[in-house]
Amino acid sequence: MAVAETGAPIPEPPHPALQILRMLWRDKFAFAATLFLLVVIFCAIFGPMLFEDVATRQNLRGRNAAPFDFSKDWSFWLGGDALGRPLLARIIVAAQNTITVAAGAVACSLAIGTALGLVAGYTSRGLSQVIMRLADVIMSFPSLLLAVIVLYMLEPSVGNLIIVLAITRIPVYLRTSRAEVLEVRERMFVQAAQVMGASTGRIVFRHILPVVFPTLITIATLDFAVVMLAESSLSFLGIGIQPPEITWGLMVSQGRPYLTSAWWLSFWPGLAIILTTLSLNLLSNWMRTALDPVQRWRLETRRES
Amino acid sequence: MISFLGKRAVASAVSLIGLIVLVFFLSRLTGDPTNLYLPVDASLESRARFREINGLDDPLIVQFFRYAGDIIRLDFGVSVRRGEPAIDAVLRAFEWTLWLAVITMTLVTAAAILVGALAAFRVGGVFDRIATFFSLIGASAPDFWIAIVAIVVFSVTFGWVPTSGTGTVMHWILPVAVLFIRPFGLILQVVRGSMISTLSSAYVKTARAKGVKNRPIIFVHALRNAMLPVITVIGDQAAALLNGAVVVETIFGFPGVGKLMIDSILQRDFTVVLAAIFVTAVAIFLMNILIDILYAVLDPRIRY
Repeated sequence: MAVAETGAPIPEPPHPALQILRMLWRDKFAFAATLFLLVVIFCAIFGPMLFEDVATRQNLRGRNAAPFDFSKDWSFWLGGDALGRPLLARIIVAAQNTITVAAGAVACSLAIGTALGLVAGYTSRGLSQVIMRLADVIMSFPSLLLAVIVLYMLEPSVGNLIIVLAITRIPVYLRTSRAEVLEVRERMFVQAAQVMGASTGRIVFRHILPVVFPTLITIATLDFAVVMLAESSLSFLGIGIQPPEITWGLMVSQGRPYLTSAWWLSFWPGLAIILTTLSLNLLSNWMRTALDPVQRWRLETRRES
Repeated sequence: MISFLGKRAVASAVSLIGLIVLVFFLSRLTGDPTNLYLPVDASLESRARFREINGLDDPLIVQFFRYAGDIIRLDFGVSVRRGEPAIDAVLRAFEWTLWLAVITMTLVTAAAILVGALAAFRVGGVFDRIATFFSLIGASAPDFWIAIVAIVVFSVTFGWVPTSGTGTVMHWILPVAVLFIRPFGLILQVVRGSMISTLSSAYVKTARAKGVKNRPIIFVHALRNAMLPVITVIGDQAAALLNGAVVVETIFGFPGVGKLMIDSILQRDFTVVLAAIFVTAVAIFLMNILIDILYAVLDPRIRY
């Protein structure tokens, strides 16, 4: 109320997308993280198309070539692997499998978990109980073990890896969305919609889901990092993606026998994993504030006041 | 309290039964162990005999009920691979994992609470920023990568600690240190967040107004109340460690339950896999009960 009495004309709010970009620019860490993630996504989409040949060409004279030799081709700047294939190009190509598995698993678990959570939160008690007990069983299951068993049963391919990782992450979204729905459904606008005769489907998807969604997206960003680490661990243990397909986790494990003589074989792909997950964590931290209307002013008014 | 414990026990038992059914059928679907244990040129008769001895020739459903009956008598069967009762192998491995988890979690809890409380005291200060940065790195780094980098640096280059195995105190340093990193980052963040909200509460302001010094305010007044959410996370992380720090145990050749599970799955040693799952699930159940009791101890308002 005090704002209106200062007399200054209220400036026209800029376009929402521009506003978000401006908020992002103010937090330098989040901005750098976003840039890095864009590069990774670019590599994941176009990497294999552009560098598949370079990354698979063997060059036995360049076996375990040392990194930082700038006299060589750019793809050898991070060194070569045991078959003389350029590491930098391989990391770029491997981004595709790594990101596909993580993105697929997060998308599946987000969709299924949210749907089940909305049902559990908005419908009858009995159904809700069944869904929650199911989540408990999944939660109490050692997820890595589930992955091992399923991957042994099925072929360890990208698709199956996505299914396994998605199943283990469903309870996270399920519990969050259910808890949020339980709170949101008591609010006035939901009651108003009920009074006006909106159908259950319309209330859940048009009125409740938009309120719940920002929280879920923030969790999904964080979860992307968790899933990436899980996929890397599986590939490292030799039960995830199988050669000749490559992921960053698999590259780390392939470099392990040469650890004492050629550290860079394992080091660079590991660093790629760390930088990506770190960026996701930073971005998620930023989103937690940016997507929350109550906290948002912290980012919007920091420098201007 | 007693009725609460009973309810928890029933709920956990239901989950446990679901788990055992799931694992039993999933693991049988991975293939017939006969081909794995007998030589390729074994005759059909010896194959049939092997199946008969190990009860593999019955229908799956018969095998399951026989197994369920044995479990009720706490008889998990004999490991095909090791020729000893499966439960013995599991309990031996579990002891190692339990020690690893206890040592790691004790260090993590102490360090995370201390650093987190101090970081929350001056939000945005240098100490806070350093702590937050390191906890982010810790939460982002893949543990297998940290493990092998640590081996290269500390074992191969400097030769301070052995690369793998067990035997002396020195063998424990690297596994504990690698396992330390991720839970430390997570718990640190929770301690910090919880302490920030507690430090701005009314009773802390009252204490300040009375002239209580900083140290008792942090460690006596605020910390105890800030501990509730922290304990939840500590429980989750401890459960993850009990589940078997598979990757770390594999890399360091640590004879824990995680390594045992992976080995047994790869060798199709079902009895050991199921016994291992049973033992860890019971351990996690007991730990959850312990955490619920801790809640009530810390916050007298909580009644069951």
